[in-house]
Amino acid sequence: MNSNTKNFMDTEAVESLIDVMAGKIWTLLNERGISDPLMVGIRTGGVWLAELLHQELGLKEPLGTLDISFYRDDFTRIGMNPEVHPSDLPIPVDDRHIVLVDDVLHTGRTIRAALNEIFDYGRPSSIILATLVDRPGRELPIQPDVVGLHPVLEPDQHITLIGPDPLGLVIGTNTNRSSRNPEQE
Amino acid sequence: MSRSNAELQLDEAGRLLHFLTIDGLGREMLTEILDTAEGFTGVSERTIKKVPLCRGKVVANLFFETSTRTRTTFELAAKRLSADVLNLNISASATSKGETLLDTLRNLEAMHVDMFVVRHASTGAAHFIAQHADRGVGVINAGDGRHAHPTQAMLDMFTIRRHKREFVGLRVAIVGDILHSRVARSQILALNSLGVSEVRVVAPRTLLPADARSLGVHVYHDMDEGIRDVDVIIMLRLQKERMKGALLPSEHEYFSLFGLTERRLALADSEAIVMHPGPINRGVEMDSQVADGSKSVILQQVSYGIAIRMAVISMVIGTQNLRMQDVAV
Repeated sequence: MNSNTKNFMDTEAVESLIDVMAGKIWTLLNERGISDPLMVGIRTGGVWLAELLHQELGLKEPLGTLDISFYRDDFTRIGMNPEVHPSDLPIPVDDRHIVLVDDVLHTGRTIRAALNEIFDYGRPSSIILATLVDRPGRELPIQPDVVGLHPVLEPDQHITLIGPDPLGLVIGTNTNRSSRNPEQE
Repeated sequence: MSRSNAELQLDEAGRLLHFLTIDGLGREMLTEILDTAEGFTGVSERTIKKVPLCRGKVVANLFFETSTRTRTTFELAAKRLSADVLNLNISASATSKGETLLDTLRNLEAMHVDMFVVRHASTGAAHFIAQHADRGVGVINAGDGRHAHPTQAMLDMFTIRRHKREFVGLRVAIVGDILHSRVARSQILALNSLGVSEVRVVAPRTLLPADARSLGVHVYHDMDEGIRDVDVIIMLRLQKERMKGALLPSEHEYFSLFGLTERRLALADSEAIVMHPGPINRGVEMDSQVADGSKSVILQQVSYGIAIRMAVISMVIGTQNLRMQDVAV
């Protein structure tokens, strides 16, 4: 973590946001008449959140995880992510309702990559996007269905979920982006 | 050798520029290759067995020596990364090879090929191409002479890690024609670099290099002793043409001395796995019962070979992309 980051939210506050998200997801699923969705977390922060949401909602289907490294649009600029994990969607996604979970929605590029990856597994019935943080700076027409928090941030500020135990949100100012393992929010 | 191999294969930040030999890469890079391959294992099981990572890139399989299996897995790996693949089977015929090779290289570069996967009967062919290739063009060694076959070694390491989890504490026996085997050399380097406890080579004297011990291995001439209590048995392919060179008595006699049978396999650790780079000469290197038995992981090696090749292709293309940007900036 850079030295210029400061704590923004502690564990307790983050967990209460997750409670709020769980409530909103539950309501949305009910409205749409969806009973057994497949929840999918995007590595790494999205998986931490998805684990908690999955538990809180008592979902029956096992949790899926996505590592979107192979679908990033900046591969030609940054090279291979040295810490790739296999994606794991434990049940077929064909005709399935999916709840996609990520920590911070920023440019929208991660979600674009995740959607493309999901469609290489099959054709889901629908996808709901739930993110802990929705921050300004969108570069693609992607909007979340469920959001925990809308912080006001300067363009050069970044907000990051740290964890998994304890969870916390930190805010920092962008310096030079690391070329080996940058964040793509 | 190590230092120049490191310089040729890695950029300033330690990223993989070319993949030519295990020598000079070190445990950290070998582990990064294995971890990256792990990420690719699921791709083969999906509806769409492709990721878009190398879309728009052109990979040329430059095979001066035929090898169906290696070429096919490289081709499949590149295609699963969404690259376009050119297969060129070029017989290494007479006329001044250096020049011909360079001419071939320049012609393909003029077609904007991004990567060469090179198989050649001469030691150092892939190194030579890497040294002369344009900036931004990556080279992978798919086997050169008796020297190296690093992707085969890495897929073997991947298979071992998948079954044994850790390298530390393992005893590994490599059995057969060590002298002529580029695979064995690469395996020995990789096993020692990844920190296995003991690497044994088991072979008749005529099929061992004179400097075998300097490779960091324990030498055995007796099969039963050599595989006793080992965790991994790697059988090498016996090339039949070696029989003619008076290095070996007969297939039958070789099998009776060094063939892997159920009886011999019982001497190894009860959880031991049996590997072979293929294609197997049944009844020469091993019995069919062993090749098709529960301890054999030979077909898994083939599947893992695709993931390993996807890993090195994407890592090299990724680093070469960065290099081109440095030029652009």
